Amino acid sequence: MIAAAQGVRADAANDAGSRVVRIALIGISLLFLTLILIVPVIAVLGHAFADGLDVYLAAITSPETLSAVRLTLTTAAIVVPINTVFGVAAAWAIAKFDFRGKHLLVTLIDLPFSVSPVIAGLVFVLLFGAQGRLGPWLDAHDISIVFAFPGIVLATLLVTFPYVARELIPVMQMQGREAEEAAISLGANGWTTFFRVTLPSIRWALLYGIILCNARAMGEFGAVAVVSGHIRGLTTTMPLHVEILYNEYDLTGAFAVASLLMLLALLTMIAKTTIEHYGLTRRRRLPHIPRGPKRNDPGISA
Amino acid sequence: MSARAAAYRSRWVEPSILPGFNLTLGISVAFLTAIVLIPIAALVLKAGSMPLDELWRIATEPRALASYRLSFGASLIAATLNAVFGFIIAWSLVRYRFPGRRFVDAIIDLPFALPTAVSGIALATVFSPQGWIGRWLEPLGIQVAYSWVGVVVALTLIGLPFVVRSVQPALAEVDATLEDAAESLGAGRFMTFRRVILPTVAPALATGFTLALARAIGEYGSVIFIAGNLPMRTEITPLLIVIKLEQYDYLGAAALGLVMLSISFVLLLTINALNGWRAARALGRRR
Repeated sequence: MIAAAQGVRADAANDAGSRVVRIALIGISLLFLTLILIVPVIAVLGHAFADGLDVYLAAITSPETLSAVRLTLTTAAIVVPINTVFGVAAAWAIAKFDFRGKHLLVTLIDLPFSVSPVIAGLVFVLLFGAQGRLGPWLDAHDISIVFAFPGIVLATLLVTFPYVARELIPVMQMQGREAEEAAISLGANGWTTFFRVTLPSIRWALLYGIILCNARAMGEFGAVAVVSGHIRGLTTTMPLHVEILYNEYDLTGAFAVASLLMLLALLTMIAKTTIEHYGLTRRRRLPHIPRGPKRNDPGISA
Repeated sequence: MSARAAAYRSRWVEPSILPGFNLTLGISVAFLTAIVLIPIAALVLKAGSMPLDELWRIATEPRALASYRLSFGASLIAATLNAVFGFIIAWSLVRYRFPGRRFVDAIIDLPFALPTAVSGIALATVFSPQGWIGRWLEPLGIQVAYSWVGVVVALTLIGLPFVVRSVQPALAEVDATLEDAAESLGAGRFMTFRRVILPTVAPALATGFTLALARAIGEYGSVIFIAGNLPMRTEITPLLIVIKLEQYDYLGAAALGLVMLSISFVLLLTINALNGWRAARALGRRR
């Protein structure tokens, strides 16, 4: 009986103790996030509207800002479809077939994730720049890639290369090959199988990959800064325009353009949360889509 | 397809009734080669075109060495801070229910989505001596902006999601019955944590740490605004590459680029090995 009473007392002490730990850990988490993430994000809005709405509107509708917006949108409109086609193709080859060198291919696709954005820009300057390998030939044919629009597109392509593939590969590996094999044996051709069988089950992952790819393409700074040459109104994307305004001590202008980019980030986050929520509930409602990795499938290692 | 071709193909690709292997692998390899491999090869060739002692001299000049020290030192500190605070945040999100939990869970990924120029100018302004946070640190003698501390702050921000998102699923998988068993056998809370929880989560924590480190070493946009960029003191290696490019010192930029690229490769291989470790752990647990 004494032992039981002690046990109860120990449990009570334990509960009080775990309450303190719990409050302390949640407090540390919230404080850390507030200092390093929430305050800076609020500061962007605070500084953008510091001089009132008129100044803000003037800053985001100035001709230079508008041309930066146009360049950023055009770049994303070229880069995102290309990387989507690549991502779907790579995921199909990797998830639906077993071939030698698959592991190497997956590793190489991930390479741009671990390469510095500055390197991603540098490689194109070295390849196409005036002193580069192809520089003299390009110069002779009056083609400019570096310090021009094509360079910005190439650098952005390299930086955002893995995004769609990375989202699709694990999902398609998890879903196995039986559904597609059934469709093919029943006489469907490859495209029908892809659009009617595969695509419906990967659409959320695909959408998520595209949204992430787009966010990075529109927000990329380092790689684009290296290849753009900062020609105002011509080769300044929105992030580069933020830098120029900031360095000219036009804080309101810099933060006004930054607030547009932050809006993009917030929309990306909302889309992600919605997709995760909606995608998951949908998956639960459709029992024929496998929910988790099959236990003995060695293909799932990522 | 001729019989010979079929026999040749079957040696490196498993036969399958699914179509599209040649097409999709062709597209993948072609894009990968054109967009990633050839440009990176151009950097390696450019750096390799100079004599080795010249390459060594550029890569080890004092200003370059100082930049490595800052880039690595600050990245290591930031990744360590992320490992600690990221673990605490992941723990709070997985184990506790508190008001605002879903909001916190949602904003963890914000540093992924936030363009680095935005986080760069925001941090520089907030942590400047007149800024919203900097003005409280100034009387304490702590200068964040325009010092190496600022570099650490920026790198911590961008690395945060990697640790939280790696650790979260691993923590959720920790077997509660094991914890109960440890406690019923008399293990204290700390011992249970050290002997039961930490070993389960360790591979994920190591992966998150390495991912944050890899991202931090290459980071440029969010750092340059807050760093102050003084040569030998607050100049990160990617910035030094940009400076060399602006001086049309292509060889110098290529040499430093090769150093950074080698580090990226090493970290990429480490991440792969860690993933293998994690997968082996997961399989072992299921058996």
